Amino acid sequence: MLDLYSPGTSPLHRLSPGPKMLVLMIGATALFLNESLPITVGALCGVLLLYPVAQLTLKQAWQQIRPLLWIFALFFALQWWFSGIALAAYVVLRLAALILLASLVTLTTRSSDMIETMTWALGFLRPLGVNPAKVGLAISLALRFIPVLAQIAQEVREAQKARGLERSVLAVAMPVAIRTIKMADDISDAIESRGYRP
Amino acid sequence: MIEITNVSLAYGQRTVLRDISLTLSERRIAIVGANGSGKSSFARLLNGLLLPSEGTVKVDGLDTRSHGKDVRRKVGFVFQNPDNQIVFPVVEEDLAFGMKNLGFTKDTIAAKTTEILTRYDMLDLREHPAHLLSGGQKQLLAISGVLVMDPAYVVLDEPTTLLDLRNKRRITRAIDALDQTVIIASHDLDLLGDYDRVIVFDEGGIVADDVPGKAIPFYVNRMS
Ligand SMILES: Nc1ncnc2c1ncn2[C@@H]1O[C@H](COP(=O)(O)OP(=O)(O)OP(=O)(O)O)[C@@H](O)[C@H]1O
Ligand SMILES: [Mg+2]
Repeated sequence: MLDLYSPGTSPLHRLSPGPKMLVLMIGATALFLNESLPITVGALCGVLLLYPVAQLTLKQAWQQIRPLLWIFALFFALQWWFSGIALAAYVVLRLAALILLASLVTLTTRSSDMIETMTWALGFLRPLGVNPAKVGLAISLALRFIPVLAQIAQEVREAQKARGLERSVLAVAMPVAIRTIKMADDISDAIESRGYRP
Repeated sequence: MIEITNVSLAYGQRTVLRDISLTLSERRIAIVGANGSGKSSFARLLNGLLLPSEGTVKVDGLDTRSHGKDVRRKVGFVFQNPDNQIVFPVVEEDLAFGMKNLGFTKDTIAAKTTEILTRYDMLDLREHPAHLLSGGQKQLLAISGVLVMDPAYVVLDEPTTLLDLRNKRRITRAIDALDQTVIIASHDLDLLGDYDRVIVFDEGGIVADDVPGKAIPFYVNRMS
């Protein structure tokens, strides 16, 4: 989910982000309104066919699904238990189609282009005092620093493991929090240094 | 030229820089000193990230207190940890950030991005996620993000501290090749031999200010 963009030159890469995000929204709505299993299967196959069109491999498609496998299994089991296997298959396939469709958009669209489009689309909130550019920056920062935070948490966990403290929530959470606050200070200095005007 | 006149700096009750007056006009200036001696605080005064509690800092005649924005345009700042100053997820997006803030056109941004990435042999990393770069590449990206804004001065706060020897050398070479005036806080004394001037800080004051041949042995002596 984090290495969102996969560089390429396919028609889907070249399509501007606005239409892609619109199709995603319409497609997602349609998938939810549709109640037929065959159509859901068709939609899933259709989305999968678009992966090669976007110069993406089916392996990449699988990588989008794999981290969510246990959620799929849980949904499937619950639905099967309550409503039968046909509905369980329908629910899980619909979810898979949805995730693959959304990933297709994020894999073929630079996050900066996506954020720019979102910033533009959020323009209507300006009269309410929302600054869309700030929302855009916030999203970029989140995308940028999630891996950094994950790395910090990993380092702290390893350090505490050496002291036998890796099971203590506090012993891990405190150093992570302190390093994060210190980091946030530097980041805001860096943003200011680089000429950002809020 | 950067003029620092009777500057003191306090964090709350605690004074960390005491009555410092300096005129910085050399091309290569280094600041050395023990941990906590005030190097980072001093560096942050130079582009107005911190304002002095007393006294004034002027960059080419512009007071950091009243002309913060113009000063920051003139004085680029590179932090110790590149992870904290790369603010966008993808290399070229991060380079574009500062240039967009300065209102550069899309064409200019693209051209300058190509130019700087070529200079540091990173053109193939243009669309690379920033978090997958090596430590040395991250610091080069951080420096590049500052350089594309065309600063006249570059202040660097321990830019090589987190790097291995090979990357230390790479970053040092990049810094040595800069056209800009460089002011660097560093613990890597062996990198400072060619500098024009070395200023030694101790407990918030200046205890030596000389050519490296004299200031560095003085500092080493004092530390041991
Ligand atoms: N934001 C802050 N609030 C309060 N005290 C601070 C703050 N930043 C630094 N200090 C204190 O100011 C003093 C000088 O710190 P500074 O970071 O400028 O030193 P330094 O020479 O850069 O040290 P180092 O070599 O460890 O980077 C230290 O005693 C430090 O604890
Ligand atoms: Mg420091």
